[in-house]
Amino acid sequence: MQNFLTTIKVGTFLGTRQLRRANIWTTLLIVFIMMLTFLNMVVVSGILVGLIDGGNIANRKQYTGNVILTKLSGDPYIENTQNILATIPTIPGVTKWNERYSTGAQFEANYLTRRDFNTERDTVGSSLLGIDVKQEDDLTNLSKYVLEGEYLDPNESGYILMGSTLLRRFSSAFGDGFGSLDGVYPGDRVKVTSNGKTKEFIVKGIVKSKVGEVSFRAFITKQDFLQFVERPSLNADEIAIATDGSITDDALKSTLVNYGFDRFGLIQTATEAIPDFLNQIKLAFGLLGNVIGFIGIVVASITIFIVIFINAVTRRKYIGILKGIGVTSGAIEFSYVLQSFVYAVIGAGLGMLLIYTVFVPLLNAHPLDFPFSDGILSAPIGGTMIRFFLLLIVTLFAGYIPARMIVKKNTLDSILGR
Amino acid sequence: MIKAQHIVKTFKNGSVETRVLKDVSLQIEQGEFIAIMGKSGAGKSTFMYQLGLLDHPTSGDIIIDDINATSLNHDDRTRFRLENLGYIFQDYALVPELTAIENVIVPLLMQGKSDDEATEIARASLAQIGLSHRENNLPSQMSGGEQQRVSIARAVAHKPKILFADEPTANLDNVSSESVMDVFRDLHNQGQTIIMVTHEPEYTRYCNRVIYLSDGQIVDEKKI
Repeated sequence: MQNFLTTIKVGTFLGTRQLRRANIWTTLLIVFIMMLTFLNMVVVSGILVGLIDGGNIANRKQYTGNVILTKLSGDPYIENTQNILATIPTIPGVTKWNERYSTGAQFEANYLTRRDFNTERDTVGSSLLGIDVKQEDDLTNLSKYVLEGEYLDPNESGYILMGSTLLRRFSSAFGDGFGSLDGVYPGDRVKVTSNGKTKEFIVKGIVKSKVGEVSFRAFITKQDFLQFVERPSLNADEIAIATDGSITDDALKSTLVNYGFDRFGLIQTATEAIPDFLNQIKLAFGLLGNVIGFIGIVVASITIFIVIFINAVTRRKYIGILKGIGVTSGAIEFSYVLQSFVYAVIGAGLGMLLIYTVFVPLLNAHPLDFPFSDGILSAPIGGTMIRFFLLLIVTLFAGYIPARMIVKKNTLDSILGR
Repeated sequence: MIKAQHIVKTFKNGSVETRVLKDVSLQIEQGEFIAIMGKSGAGKSTFMYQLGLLDHPTSGDIIIDDINATSLNHDDRTRFRLENLGYIFQDYALVPELTAIENVIVPLLMQGKSDDEATEIARASLAQIGLSHRENNLPSQMSGGEQQRVSIARAVAHKPKILFADEPTANLDNVSSESVMDVFRDLHNQGQTIIMVTHEPEYTRYCNRVIYLSDGQIVDEKKI
């Protein structure tokens, strides 16, 4: 034990002085490489995962809230909706909610200017939603996403808010995978047909969002919807609920289940409501990021290996002298491991500082603009710490191995440089 | 005190074998100041490395204070060197990142001494050779003579039984060489056993015995 402590003490003595008196530019270069490696490990995978996470966050904010109820498979709507709506405000932590009424519909544009009846009508099929205009805006800030025209007015009737993806001028980037309407602008009229009934609406605004449930659908007021669809009850198709954060999504779901509402609708947290393919993409992106990060680790460990190896080779004579005067191999090796440790801690530490003080806030404030989401940097502290320790361990080995290789050489050969 | 018995050292380079030391035996008593002399290639440095346990003889024994040092394993030899032997090399061999006092402190710390104790001993050792004012200088900030004296301070700070010096004045001018030899004389006068390899006959006057090596064998011996 005493020998071990002496070895650590002498190794620390040698290592700290080598660090202190090393060439500052060399040290800065190594630290810079370690920092870039750490950023590579965290940021690349973080952005890839963040593309999906950004989409999920947007989905939560603009569509599901914290928990969403949808109709059970095979049911026409959520039974007992009014009872559920009466109960929701009594649940502690719930701040906002809204019920949505939905039906499949066909939208037709340009029918007033269509002269040749042999040409196909300009139509697109999608969902038509009836919403409480104010409550929906409170819940999802839908009005914020109005790109052209205005948001719906609860006191007006006969207006429709069209999702931008239903219009060709916005959806052309998606290719010809689905139909879309030509040149519809606020003030234009569209014909909406659902369940054999047709009604003309004036386009009040165009709403654009990267959440499919917003940009792929059309919205009218709840009153217009109920009149148009003639639904015999006030049972809704979706109920989205948001909390103030004092209750977890899972706890809220449990509360709703305890009320027995799972008999009337499918209750899902925002996370559960994420389509499975998105989770699969997230996993794939995470894996891809880890592969890229792994390559970064290999590169960094090779760099450290080379740096320590060159350092040890050029100091081979002094290593021989130290061994000659009685300094143990362990102490000399520890001095190099300590140097690697310091390089890794400072480099990764700076990287971490940069991630949490610059990159995360910056990308939260200015997300990367991707077609299907606003990409943020997903860097949970747990995952970042795992990468930090991984880099540390790899670096320690990368420092130890070359030092060991040189220290193992014959003492006299090292001293004499043969 | 130190006995070299039938030391043979052979170097192999592929299929070529070169016998550098040919059955060399020598006995050195405590407090002696021995000079090993000979032409280049005579085997004097090789012989000193065997005596100083920096190398393993091909055959033969090195016995120091009744301990057969050739039978010690790697770690025990390192420990033995640390506690009993001191070395001075031709090119000073100071660690460039360590100041004068830090160079002297390292082996003391390795012996398990506390920081304070090691610093105190190192300081006294540097004072003994008149280098107190250079304590915090790096080797690159000192002259060759000063570096060699720091190297002597490092070698003697832990009071080794035997001090080995491999051509300690080879890289020094006359003034510095005399100054280094004066330090050796003082140490010898204090009872230090010194074994020095040199090719400069003028410095044999500091010694009390000179061993002449030629072609790997002791060919002459002279008491002074």
